[in-house]
Parts: sequence; C-alpha cells; structure tokens
Amino acid sequence: MTPTITLSHINKVYANGTVALQDMNLEIGASQFVSLVGPSGCGKSTALRIIAGLGQMSSGQLEWGQGRTPKLAYVFQEAALMPWATVQDNVRLPLTLAKMPKREAMAAVEESIAMVGLQGFEKCYPRELSGGMKMRVSIARALVTKPDVLLMDEPFAALDEMTRSRLNSDLLSLWGQLRWTVIFVTHNIYESVYLSQRVVVMAARPGRVVADVAIAAPYPRDEEFRTSLDYNHYCRDVSQHLAEASLKGSDRDLQIVTL
Amino acid sequence: MMFWRQLAVLIVELQNLLRMGRINPPASINLFSNLSGKVSRSTGSRTRSRTISPPKFRPSLIRRVLSPDILAPGAVGVLAIAAWEIFVHVTNMPPYLLPGPILVFQTLISSWGELFPSLLVTLKVTLIAFITAAISGLLISVLFTQSKWIERSFFPYAVILQTTPIVAIAPLIIMWLKNDTFLALIVCAWIVAFFPIVSNTTLGLNSVDHNLINLFHLYRASRWQTLIYLRLPSAMPYFLGGLKISGGLALIGAVVAEFVAGTGGSQSGLAYQILMAGYNLQIPRMFAALFMITLTGVLIFACLTWLSNFLLKEWHESAIKREN
Repeated sequence: MTPTITLSHINKVYANGTVALQDMNLEIGASQFVSLVGPSGCGKSTALRIIAGLGQMSSGQLEWGQGRTPKLAYVFQEAALMPWATVQDNVRLPLTLAKMPKREAMAAVEESIAMVGLQGFEKCYPRELSGGMKMRVSIARALVTKPDVLLMDEPFAALDEMTRSRLNSDLLSLWGQLRWTVIFVTHNIYESVYLSQRVVVMAARPGRVVADVAIAAPYPRDEEFRTSLDYNHYCRDVSQHLAEASLKGSDRDLQIVTL
Repeated sequence: MMFWRQLAVLIVELQNLLRMGRINPPASINLFSNLSGKVSRSTGSRTRSRTISPPKFRPSLIRRVLSPDILAPGAVGVLAIAAWEIFVHVTNMPPYLLPGPILVFQTLISSWGELFPSLLVTLKVTLIAFITAAISGLLISVLFTQSKWIERSFFPYAVILQTTPIVAIAPLIIMWLKNDTFLALIVCAWIVAFFPIVSNTTLGLNSVDHNLINLFHLYRASRWQTLIYLRLPSAMPYFLGGLKISGGLALIGAVVAEFVAGTGGSQSGLAYQILMAGYNLQIPRMFAALFMITLTGVLIFACLTWLSNFLLKEWHESAIKREN
C-alpha cells in the first residue's frame, strides 16, 4: 500500500527574497497520478525537491500517511547517467548504494531493464544511446528499488514529440501495473492531461497553487483519448486556469504560456 | 602550400592502397595521375577490388606508421635534420660549436656504455618522483574536496610550492638532505610534478554532475560511496590530464636537480653527463645526452597518452574515435 502525502502551508523563500512557494497545500492519495503544471518560476520543481528531501522548506509541514517515509525515486529532466558505467551498472546504482549483494541486485536490474524495454542494451554505454533511450535507463534506475513514490521533474521535456508520447504511454502502462504514487512536474498541458488523474495548476511570483483539475477519464488511456472531445475540454480548462492566474498576477511574461 | 597539399594527397592515397593490402604498378600510376589533378582512376580500381574481396579492417604496422599523424611530423623531422647536417657541412662548423646530427648519432652509439646507465639513474628518479606525485596528488585533492575549509586553508600553499623556482630551492633541499642525494633529487622532481595533478584532480572532483550528486543524496549514499562511485570516476579524465603534464615535469625536475647537485660517482644521471661533456668540450656527447633526455620525455608523454586513451576509451569524449 503506497502512502498518502500531505503538504500543509508550505512556504519557501530563497535567500535573495524570491518567494518560490507561498502557502502550498496539497493532499495526494495513495497510488494517485498527479501532475504539477505551470510556467517556469512557479515553484513546481521546488515543491518536488522539498517532497524528495533535496531542498529545505522555510516553513510548513510535509506528512506521509502511515507515519513512515516511503521509498522514493526521482527522475530528473536530464537522464543524469554516469557516462563511465554501462546501462546495467547505471540501473544498479541505487542497489549498489544500498549494499545489496550482486546476484540479488542483478535480478532486479534485469527486471527493471525489461520493464522499460531496453533488453539487449545492458552492456551499452550512455553515449551509445539516443535521448529517449537514456531517459528509459533513467526510469529503469528509478524503478529498480521498487519505489512507493515516483517523483518526476519534467522528465521528457528535452525529448522530441514522438519519443515523448511513446514514453508517456509506456509510463502509464507501467503505472497501471505497479501503482506507485506519481508526482509529475511538467510545463506541457497536453502531457499533464493525458497522464494524470489530477492536474494541479500553479502560478509564478509568488509560486502558488491556483487550481486543482480532476481528469475523470478512465484508464487505460489510449491514442483515442488524445483525440477525444473530453481531452480537449480538459486541456482548455487547464489552460484557462493558467491564463486567469497570469492575468491576475503581476507577471507579464506568463501570458506567453496561455493559449 | 602546393607541396603540402600534394603530400597530403599522397599520404591518403598510400593509406587507401594499404587498406586494400596491395601496392601494384597500375595503382601507383593512378597515384601520380591523381597528383597532377586529373580525375582519380584509383577510386575505380578500389571499387573493383572491393567487389572481389571485401576489405577487412586490419591495422597493420605499416599502415599505422604511414598514418599522417606519424608521417607528417616524421617528414618535418627528417627535413630539419637534413638541413642541420647540410648547414654544418656548408659552413664548416667545428664540432665543438655545433656537431652535425650524424656525428651526434655516432657519439650516441660509441658512448652508449656510459650514457645508458646515466639514463637509467635519471629515469629512476623521474619515475619514483612521478609515482609519488601521482599518489600524493590524488590523496591531497581528495582531502581538499572533503571540506571547503581544508581546500581554502591549504591550496594557496600548494600554489606557493609550485611558483617557487625549483632551481632556487634545489640547493637548499640538497643541503638539507645531505646524506641522501638520491632522495633530494626525488623531492625536487616531486615538487615540480605534483601541482598539476593536485590542481587538475581537485577541479575534476568538484566538477560532478549536480543531478548525480542529488541522486546520490536521495539514495543516502555515504561520503565514501559518493567518493568511490561518483567523484573519482568523474575526476578520472582530469587526473589523467594532470598526469600527462606531470610526466614531463618530473623529468625536467629530476634533470634540474641533478644539474644543481652535480653528483659524481656511479649514481650520476644524464645532467651530470651533460655537465661533464660541457667541461671537456665534448659537445657531440652533450647533444647525445640531450637527445636521450628529449626522447625519454616524449616516450613518457606517449605512454601516458596511451594510458589515458585506454582508460577512457569507453566513455570520455577525449578518447572516443570519431567516425567522420
């Protein structure tokens, strides 16, 4: 059973006075797929880093349901692979750091590599792989510890559209099987609507939550969903929230994001 | 300009021929037709033979020697030596001012018995100093990156050690270590050799991908694990770059220290041979010893370059063979 995450009244102010997050409240249920959408500077990555324990909050509270810190995995925007290590060794890294015996670790690595469809590339070095494949390695590395919560920080932002939609579908089908709680940060409205059960819309300066849109469409979501009226409706809904936030806010460059 | 372009074409053609594993008369005719700027027929013959037997990638020794990387500087060297010999002959230069290369070579062979043991002495000092510098340099930079305070406090002194001219402090070191000249020589060579390793490796240890640092933090890696699995591999190319600089410097340091020490007896290195040859006006012998030092320096550099490429060939841009 994956835990729930509760963020209450979280504030984050940087030393230079920038308010990255202002009174952020968010409750994420077990096994939910939630996206944080917003323009750059809205604090979505900051929120994710705070949840991961990679950044400190200025004030507020972060609570895990069931009273324990779950097993986290983090996927960065860049694949962040070790260039001197093979695919296999890169995926094994979290287990190596946990001092898992090699034989046991290799079984998990194999399984993880198979999940992202990279069988046959175990002995390759990262430089031999395409951008999409590197991202798959990065995801395999995140999955190898069998995490409860998957935190993804614009993982597919640097990829081309076709690779991105392939990886989106593959990610969804893996989520369907393994049911981690996913917090997915993106600036792509379409991606967020396609993937998630909830889209949390954020605005910048100060970084804050402005809307929480439930995407009620059932899973599995296939290509048909991407062209459906419902999908269009949700996308328009999310982008309207973004536009309203930018009109209300003092921030002018936000309007570029609106549709 | 024209000459060099033709030479380059010639080299490329020779390579192509050797790739086919045959040099026959028609091919060499093609070669000249190519040189005179006509449309190459050799390409035709190449494709034809390719249909007969597909070329296998077989880097033979001859082919490697004939690669432009070796052939071009080789040609320059041969030309320079020839010019030197001609100059000495034409101007009737006395050998105690400037000996010709042939005389130098003859001297090298005739005094091999004395010069070679000296080379071994110098080489021993160089290698011990270099290995000590590599190990201590690596350890010191690891120490530096463990705490910003250690780096702040000690790095300036590493710089001071580096910027003090070795010629100036060598007499002091030799005086202090009066009982062990060999050790004094090693200390001098070490001082010169260790700084590039420290400075390069420190830079490398600090140039780790920030996402990977975060990842290690997320998986609660210990300081030791971060060092072993992340910082050291990241710093490897920098460390090897430092080694390449230090290899030559260790040799220079050893020779300079020997000059200052001017040691006699059986434990005398190449610098001593150069000094003695100078006193006795045996200038060809001086050149021969100088040549040995230079060649040793080049060999050290070549070995370290090979080591660097060997260790980084799978992943670092510096060692990856490009296809175009």
